[in-house]
Formats: sequence, C-alpha cells, structure tokens
Amino acid sequence: MSNAVAQAEGHGHGPHHPALQHHFDTMGQQKEAAVIGMWVFLLTEILFFGGLFTAYLIYRTWYFDAFAAASSTLSIAWGGLNTAVLIGSSLTMAMAVRGAQTNKRTATINWLILTMVLGAVFLGVKVIEYADKFEHHHVPGASFVWAPEHEGAGGAEAAEGGTHPATTMSADQLQRTTQIYFSLYFTMTGLHALHMIVGIVLMMVITWMAWKGKFDSEWYTPVEMSGLYWHFVDIVWIFLFPLLYLVERHQ
Amino acid sequence: MLDTLKLPELHYLNNGHGWKSWLLTKDHKRIAILYLVSISVMFFLGGIFAAAIRLELLTPRGDFFTADTYNKVFTLHGVIMVFFFLIPSVPAVFGNFLIPPMIGAKDLAFPRINLLSLYIYWIGAVFTLYAMIAGGLDTGWTFYTPYSSTASNSNIVPVALGVFIAGFSSILTGLNFIVTIHRMRAPGMTWFRLPLFVWAHYATSLIQVLGTPVVAITIVMLFVERAFGFAIFDPARGGDPVLFQHLFWFYSHPAVYIMILPTLGVVSELVSTFSRKMIFGYSFVAFSSLAIAVFGFIVWAHHMFVSGISTYSAMVFSFLSFSVAIPSAVKVFNWTATLYKGSITNEPPMFFAYGFAGLFLIGGLTGLFLATLGVDVHVHDTYFVVAHFHYIMVGGAIIGYMGGLHFWWPKMTGRMYSVFLSRMSALLIFVGFNLTFFPQFILGYVGMPRRYHAYPDEFQVLNVMSTAGASILALGYLLPATYFLWSLKYGAVAGANPWAASGLEWHTASPPPTENFAEVPHVHGEPYEYEGVVSTLAVEKHLV
Amino acid sequence: MSLFGVPIFPAQASTFAADVDALYFFILAVSAFFALAVTVAVIYFGLRYRKTHEGQVGARIEGNLPLELLWSVIPAMLSMVMFGWGASVFFQIRRPPAEAMQIYAVGKQWMWKFQHLEGQREINELHVPTGRPIRVTVTSEDVIHSLYFPSFRTKIDAIPGRYTELWFEPSKVGTYHIFCAEYCGTNHSGMIGSVVVMEPTAYQAWLAGGGVEGTLVERGGRLFQDLACNTCHLDTGKGRGPSLKDIVGKTVDLADGSTTVVDEGYLRESIINSQAKIVKGYQPLMPAFQGLVSEDNLAALVEYVKSQSSPATTPAPAAAPTNPPAAGEKK
Repeated sequence: MSNAVAQAEGHGHGPHHPALQHHFDTMGQQKEAAVIGMWVFLLTEILFFGGLFTAYLIYRTWYFDAFAAASSTLSIAWGGLNTAVLIGSSLTMAMAVRGAQTNKRTATINWLILTMVLGAVFLGVKVIEYADKFEHHHVPGASFVWAPEHEGAGGAEAAEGGTHPATTMSADQLQRTTQIYFSLYFTMTGLHALHMIVGIVLMMVITWMAWKGKFDSEWYTPVEMSGLYWHFVDIVWIFLFPLLYLVERHQ
Repeated sequence: MLDTLKLPELHYLNNGHGWKSWLLTKDHKRIAILYLVSISVMFFLGGIFAAAIRLELLTPRGDFFTADTYNKVFTLHGVIMVFFFLIPSVPAVFGNFLIPPMIGAKDLAFPRINLLSLYIYWIGAVFTLYAMIAGGLDTGWTFYTPYSSTASNSNIVPVALGVFIAGFSSILTGLNFIVTIHRMRAPGMTWFRLPLFVWAHYATSLIQVLGTPVVAITIVMLFVERAFGFAIFDPARGGDPVLFQHLFWFYSHPAVYIMILPTLGVVSELVSTFSRKMIFGYSFVAFSSLAIAVFGFIVWAHHMFVSGISTYSAMVFSFLSFSVAIPSAVKVFNWTATLYKGSITNEPPMFFAYGFAGLFLIGGLTGLFLATLGVDVHVHDTYFVVAHFHYIMVGGAIIGYMGGLHFWWPKMTGRMYSVFLSRMSALLIFVGFNLTFFPQFILGYVGMPRRYHAYPDEFQVLNVMSTAGASILALGYLLPATYFLWSLKYGAVAGANPWAASGLEWHTASPPPTENFAEVPHVHGEPYEYEGVVSTLAVEKHLV
Repeated sequence: MSLFGVPIFPAQASTFAADVDALYFFILAVSAFFALAVTVAVIYFGLRYRKTHEGQVGARIEGNLPLELLWSVIPAMLSMVMFGWGASVFFQIRRPPAEAMQIYAVGKQWMWKFQHLEGQREINELHVPTGRPIRVTVTSEDVIHSLYFPSFRTKIDAIPGRYTELWFEPSKVGTYHIFCAEYCGTNHSGMIGSVVVMEPTAYQAWLAGGGVEGTLVERGGRLFQDLACNTCHLDTGKGRGPSLKDIVGKTVDLADGSTTVVDEGYLRESIINSQAKIVKGYQPLMPAFQGLVSEDNLAALVEYVKSQSSPATTPAPAAAPTNPPAAGEKK
C-alpha cells in the first residue's frame, strides 16, 4: 500500500490550509485518515447493532407466531412515513455535502437544516408510536398486558377475535413471548433513536461551522463524515422497518 | 562516561506545565503516561482484591469474609483486572507512546480521540469504583444470566455501565491505531519493515474494533432486562439464558487475545534486541498475529462445552480451538530460533522475556487440555481453568508488560533504574507466580470448583501453597514501584539508546521531544539491524 | 490419590474415568515434551550464544521455510490427535446407554434435589449402585447451576426452563464429592454434597427404606388424576387430547406441519407450554401448567407417561432430550 506522503522537513514550510492539523503532512493524508476512521467506526456500529439483530433472528425463529402477532400492533403508516422521511433526509444530507463541496455556503446550511428537520420529524413520530405502546400496555415488564382484541392504533389490522389467526400459541404463551418481541422492539428502535439524536446534534455543530465559513471545496471533511454517519443511521432503519413492522403482513 | 550524558533540555515531559497542559494534552506520549498512572492504580486495586481472595482461601471455612463479600471480592478482582488493567495495559501505555515514533510519525492519526479514550476510561472506572463503594457486585466478571438479570441483588447497573463505557475507550484506541498504521508511516516504512510490535497492535486493534461492540450491546441487553424488566434472557418468559453466554463470549474470547497479542509484540522486540539479531521468520510472526486475531473470533463456544450446547456444536468449536493454538506455537518456536547464533545479553528486560517464555509456554499448553472435549468436561469451571488463564494473563501478559516497562522506561523517562533490583523483581515474580498457580492445576483436576468461598478440608494444603506464592508475587510487583519511582530523580541518565536497540524510537532523544523527531525519518533498511549500533549508556559493562 | 495426605489426583470411580485420565496423561506428555524441549533450547541457546565481545551482533538469519512448515504441521497433527481422541471420549461421556437407570436432579439456590424412580428423594446426597449405567436428567428452578461429580469425571449445567443430562456407571464403592460448578450466588460453595456408591445389594437395601409417597410413577399417576389430565387424554385416542399409550420414542406429526420425537423434553414442554407443539388433528385446548407444577412433580408426570409405553416400543434415548422452546416454530 502507498506510504504516507511526506515532503515536509520539519516546521517552517510554506503556508497550508488552516484546517491542516500539525501531525499530518498534507490535506490529502488528513482526509484519507478521516475517511478510514469513519468507516472503521461505522463497522463497529454494525457489530453493535448486530448483537440485537442476532437475538432478534433467533427469537423470531423460535416464536414466529408471537412475533407476527406483536408486529401487527405496530402502525405501518407511521413506520412507512418514517422510512420515507429518513430516506429523504439522506437525500438532503447528500445535497448538503454537495453544497459544501461546491463552496455554496447558504445551500449547505439550508440542506443541513432540512436534514435536521426531517430527523426531528422522525423522532416526533417515534414519540407518537411509543406513546401508543405505553397506552396499550405493550411495554415489557410488570405492567405488560397482551390483549389481542384491541390491537394497535391508527392503521393496524384488527385481529379476528382472539389470538392471531395462524398461531398455535395460547394466550398465556403470547403474554410471555410477545414481551421478548417488544423488548427487542424498544431496545432496537430506542438505540436507533439515540443514534439519530446524536446525529442531529452533530448536524447542529456542522451547521454552525458552515455558518462560520469554515468549509470550502478543499476541506469539507466534517460534512462528508457526518453524511456517512447519517446514511448509516438511515440504513439501520431500512433493516429495522421490515423486520419489526412487516412480520407476516401479507394477507 | 556516564556524567557526560544529560537529559535533553526540552522534551515532552517539561514542554508545558500545569494540570491543563496534561489534562488537555493532545500529545500521545503524555496520554500514555496518564494511562500508565491510571492502570497502575487499577492494578494495585485489583491486586488488593487478589490478596483478599488468597487470604480467605488459606482456610477451608469461610471465616475471613461472609460469602456475599467474598463473591463481591472475586467479581471485582476480575472486572478490574480484565477491563481496567489488562485490556488497556500494553496498547494504551506502550502502543500509544511508541506506535508513532516506531513508524516515524509525529502523533497518532486522531490525537483528540486519543484523549477522549482516556477520559472515557476514567469515567468507566469511576462508575465501577462507585459500585464498589455502594456495596459491590457479585455476579462474577462474566455476568451470567439469569443470576445477573434477575436473581442478584448487587450493583449490576453501575458496573455494567462502567464496563460499557470503558469498552468505548478500547474501541477508540483500536480505531486510532488502525488508521495511524495505515496512513502515517514515514517514507520508506513499508508494511514489512514495521516492527513486530506494530503488527501485533494492528491485529489487536482489529479485535478491539470488531469484538468490543458485541459485548457492549450484550451489556445493553442485560441492562434493559435488569433496569426496565425487559425480557431477553428471562426463561420465565421464553428467553434463553444461554444466548447471553454466546453473545458474551463472542467478545470475551477475542478479548483474551486483546490481552495477550500486544505483549507478544513486546516480546518480539525484547528477544530481538537482546540477541542483537533479527527475529527469525519475521513474516511468519507478523502473520501469526493476524491469524490469532481471525481465529480468535470463531472459537467462543469452547467456554460453553457443558452449557447445554449440542454435541456437534461442541465438536466444531473444539476443532477450531486447536487452530488458534498453532500460530501461538509458531511464535514461540520463532523466538527460540532467534536466540540461535545470537549475541545474547541478560539485561533486565531480557530476564522478563525469559520468564514470559516459560510461563506463556505452560499457559498455552494447558489451553490444549481445555480445547480437548473429553478433558474439558471434567475441568471446566475448576481451578484448572483459573490456573490456565492466570498463566497466560499474569505469567504471560503481565510479565511481558513488565518487560516492556523495563525496556522502554529509559525512553519514556530518560532514566535508568537499578539493574540488580529489577532482576530481583523478575525472579520474585517468576518464583512467586509458579508457586501461586501451579498447585491450582492440581486442585482443579482433583475437582475444586472456581469461585468457592469455602472448600473441603483436604484441599487446604494446596491452597496454602498458593497463598504463600501469592505473597512472594506481591513483593515482586511492589518492588518495581519503588525503584522506578526512585529512578525518576536519582537514576542514571540513559541517553537515546541505552540498549543498542534498533527501531526508530531509539533514534530520538530520551525522553523524546513533543513532536517525536526533529526531522521526519526516511527509512531505508530492513528492521532489526544491529550492526554498528552502540549503546548510549555503558550499561553493558556492568551486566552480563 | 494422595501424597503425604494431600490429594493430587481424584479417585477413578466411574467406568469412563480411566479413559478421561488416559487422554489427560497423553496431553500432559505431549505438553511436557514441548515445554521441556523449548526450555532446554532456550537455556542452551541463551548460554551458548552469549555476547562475547563489544559490538558483536547476531548472525544474519532471516528464517527457514521448511522449519516453519515443520513446526506448524507437527503441532497441527498432534492437535488433531488430541481433538479426535477428545471427541471420542466426549461422545462416550455424553451418550447414555439405553438401559441406563433414570434419576432426576433439580438444582436450586442452594441445594441439589435428587429423585429416584422408586420414590426416594434425597437432598445433597445421592445413593447409586455400582455396575449400572445411571442417567441423570437435570434442570434448575432458578439460575444456572452445574452438577459436577469429579470422581466420575463428568458435569453438566442445570439450566432453568430445560432439561440437560449426564450419565455415569459407578465402578468403585465409596463416597465422593458432588459440587455445584457454575457460580450461582451467595452459597455457591455450599451447594455441595456426596454421592454414595454402594454394592448393588446394599443399594437395594437402602432403596427398600422406600419413599413415603411411593415410586415416582405412582406419584405421577396420582398427579395425572388430580390435575385432570385423564379427562382429556383418553387411552382410546378419542378424547380431546391424544392417547398417551405407547407414544414414547415415536415420531408424531404436529399441527404446524413439522414432526417431533416424543421424549422427556417434549413431554415436559407439553405440560408447561401446552400449545407449543400440538399434535396434528387436535385442538389447542390444553391449559399451560407453567408455574403450576413444580420440577419435582413434572419429573413424576413424565415418568408416569413413560410408564404407559412398553419398553419394547421405547428406542434408545438420543444424545440429549430435545429442548424447548420452540413455540410456533416454523421449520
């Protein structure tokens, strides 16, 4: 692999970009380091969420009926809306990166703000969904109640009286194992939401930096790296949505 | 000759004074020193718990502590030693200090993230210390469910949080090293000219980055079950407590390679330097580090042979576990071959290297017993396992760490320490260690289980031997604290290269300047060149 | 075995203990050989190649491919021997013979409860005869424990919510340790006991002391009535539940299209999570008895149902009972 591009002879060399940190020799080297670093970090995030996906896959195989029944209490409308919102926000983020790359300060700031707004919409919808779950006592723990007769809010299919039609599980079984589904639901979407919040805070910092005029076509790495992070958070949702919302919906 | 040597006027230690210049530093060397102090404190804390364990086990009855207290003592011993001493030790101290100079760079790729990893370590440690004071944790460092998720009454949440947080320190260190080694090498420093120490840290960083997130999420799952009453491992609601074990060991097995690989890198440096000869089979040793990292990820269920996994799973994992032993054996053979036709001297670091060799050998070989299914059923969860991992972790990792400390202390501080006392310490540690842990192999095969507060009378003699050894071992560890501290003020000035070692870090002053090198080095030759290299300290005349 | 009163080797009290020990000694020999070889080499080289004069450096030797291959391949081959031998001993340890005598063990914080089929119940003590293979089916009432018999060289974890098992054939009369080998809380080190191995005649005599409640099967039969199992599980097969006659060891079709073998694990699961694996052709009507029947009584019920199958129709038990959970499982 190529070596570090070192031309410096210690200090006292010519003028350099104000964003060049002193332990790097060139902007190119600094940018490459940032890119590798961000990708490695995203790799750790994949492993992080991966543990939850593993648990999900195992329990879904064992308790498919409970998962299907519990999943049907989620609102596809809200979930679908959130999916669209997030995909949209990835688009606006990409536009923001483009703006920074082409030295368009105002455009960059506007696209960043739009991204944050969409992110906030996503979180708002999640609040609505969580509130609904609380109301229906679908939060695992002492107050959990699995009452399939009144399933879901706004948009969810009502069950045909009694348990989910295809299940061979008793109400008792469901009361227990649907808690596993909901435990995973809250942990996975909660963790995702936390990542979104971090992402929005990150956007605020980047927006401030853009407003201060720190970015130009030679250096917009922070915008690009934040973009990578944001896209990652989006992709996690792309997996979460079908796994959590769309279990056996084909009827 | 010794009086003409002076410490450099300006170096990283005196370049800036006051607490801000330390706590807000971006200098990898200062961060390494801060880590050194921190992990040393944690080591002594963990050591006090170890002493408490051995004191209790002097007698068969549980008379020193109550059962609950004892359970907390061994748990905290494990948590502190694993997460707050062993995992950071070599990478956070020596990796941080030496990787940039070894590759000819001014600093790591992300100095501020390096500082962040230190803060995160401190925060994690604070949580754990808080839990200690608030009444302790009694689940064992392995946190098995359902005991940890439902039955235990101890402070699981703060310790889980502390370990979770500290894990990010480890991840960030690994991330930093990977990017640094890829992008910050000086001109001419190709991959196959890198010191084996760097290869070892690269492999370790891969593990840190891929494995730690999994234990982090496992802790999250435990946390939500415990704090919110969620159902993930709870058998009463259909959960599988053994799932926890799979997720936990998926990280914790590779974690043991995080704890030993860097030390193996240190040993390569020591063996080469003190035989004045390049490491035999350089590329084999380099690739064996990578092999250990990779294979280390596919053997986790050898911790679960009796946990109810199927016979066939057990076979697969047993088979794979042997695969990870081969690269370790390859290293040991290559180090031995390095000695052949070398020009060997016995400075203190080499003493520690010899000690390492003996103990790592035994520790590694006893791993074979555990990989072998027919034997593991008998010795799993007995003192045999305790002896095995202490031979590797203490006999291997810690002795190697001490060897590294004795090797690079002059570089980090500019001072030399007492050669006599350091050899004494190596000897005490070696003898004390064997006396402490060898009887435990016997105890384990005879059937004494782990984590026992009280035991049948007939096991007492072996336990007493073990405790006697522990007191010698403790002395061996306390001694360096004295002569190292003493050397800071009164030790002889070492100069840039007291050991006549190769490696770029020895081509700059001791202690090094903040930017490591006055000029960026250009690398031409192969690594481990000793021809014409002279010691800056006439140390050799006093040794051998 | 003891040296000056200090135990340095456990007694060999089961028929496979010697096999385990032989394997152990083999690995010990190989390890000792390599440890000695490397140590001798290191000491010899360390002395022979000491630095003799100022400025002396070591020889320029980069490596040797044949040597690298040699010391990779030979350890690899030795490892394969260890693995193969170890796997074979493991199979032996984990496969109870068909004619094994059945015992149930329940671990709970902090004691071991054993039940003999004849009705004897023991706490922290287990009487067994020599000369017969004994299969112990184990579970836990709370956290994970591990049932360990060092002198038999076997252990197995006790997991809440499922059955696991171990087996042994005692070969030497005497009293040996039982330990809990998985940390389980405060009194983990107090969860110990003794296994008393007796001559067969002595064992019969001990058994004759009798359980007050009759044999395990008798107790199970009473429970079968008390819990009204008999009202649905008619022998004719025309009741609301399938007949339980001669079903052990059979493969049955389940309502979701899959099949399962009827063994202890399936029987236990069907009592606790009754609608997890319903036999095809029957309605999901059976109540779930989770939390209503103790592990001790579950064992009794399982044994009772087993008694309804004649030995001729009961094939050899598989390596381990099938384990729950799998409610609603899609294959």
